[in-house]
Amino acid sequence: MEYVLLAISAIFVNNVVLSQFLGICPFLGVSKKMSTAAGMGAAVTFVLTLATIVTYLLQKYVLNAFHIEYMQTILFILVIASLVQMVEIILKKMSPSLYSALGVFLPLITTNCCILGVAIIVGNGVADGSYDLIKGVVFAIATAIGYALALILFSVLREHLELMNVPEAMKGTPIALLTAGLMAMAFVGFSGMV
Amino acid sequence: MNNLKVILNGIIKENPALVLLLGMCPTLGTTTSAMNGMGMGLATMAVLMCSNTVISLIKRLIPDMVRIPSFIVIIATFVTVLEMLMKAYVPSLYASLGLFIPLIVVNCIVLGRAESFAAKNSPLASLCDGIGSGLGFTLALTMLGAIREILGSGMVFGIRLWSEDFGVLAFVLAPGAFIALAYLIVIVNKLTKKA
Repeated sequence: MEYVLLAISAIFVNNVVLSQFLGICPFLGVSKKMSTAAGMGAAVTFVLTLATIVTYLLQKYVLNAFHIEYMQTILFILVIASLVQMVEIILKKMSPSLYSALGVFLPLITTNCCILGVAIIVGNGVADGSYDLIKGVVFAIATAIGYALALILFSVLREHLELMNVPEAMKGTPIALLTAGLMAMAFVGFSGMV
Repeated sequence: MNNLKVILNGIIKENPALVLLLGMCPTLGTTTSAMNGMGMGLATMAVLMCSNTVISLIKRLIPDMVRIPSFIVIIATFVTVLEMLMKAYVPSLYASLGLFIPLIVVNCIVLGRAESFAAKNSPLASLCDGIGSGLGFTLALTMLGAIREILGSGMVFGIRLWSEDFGVLAFVLAPGAFIALAYLIVIVNKLTKKA
């Protein structure tokens, strides 16, 4: 039950894009078509889960064990960057079909701040015991689902916006941001659920 | 190039948040008040100035292949220094900005300026570019923070303008960030004669 609540909270109530503002750049960048949005969502789910497991173990057995917590930012970003590279190489070899589906989105993920953000949230929760490995993984997967959900819903809206007659000054990003604002308003409705 | 021109370029013509649309996460996430927006802007500016200068100084020593990872390590180092300084001297601001301080590492502005400017120009010009882009970012964030604070709670920089009863709560919450930024960009688009 605890995990279900954690998952619902991460997907809906504290949606990573619409209420935490993490990963906005790809949210605005790759949401013009639904198929690319779905690809990005899948890639984020994959990398976020892996990255959280690796950074959790590093936080517990390296950073906390040797009391060098201040190295967190540098270590995590290096780990994420190399992890993304590694995943790319392995996928290319092991599963070409998955690689061609996720391919273009993988390099973009290094600079997606929701990966580093979740890694830091879980990492900081290690010392005070608020996150163990399973809880961290559940949180990571739920966050990624929330990300994919917001991204796919948003891309469908944007596909429709393409056909609309929008004032010249509002074309592109402003109208996309306004749409995101309305979506965020809908998601505020979930607060108080958990 | 004229250094003053480089600074002005970063503030107006290539404003990172309002024209280039880089660094959207902190722009939306930390501007619940003018003070927070300004704090975040200045923190990013400090990192930007340091990383631009250092990258420009050692640009000839870095092989082209490992350019991006080296840039990220340099940026992450300065972010860590800043994080420790802020924790020690401005703990309340550090607490309210929270996660977004370590996330300066993945802020596209910092890496973007390193790649597009510091890797090609002299240290002094790169420092000026850092100051310009940083000031532009700070200005945009302070403005957005002030707008949200005024509309949301009737205050600006903690000074009360009117009663809180007239505030629109949505502007303090997440949706207001998107909507306020959208209209700010519309105004900028209008002024820069694009429409």
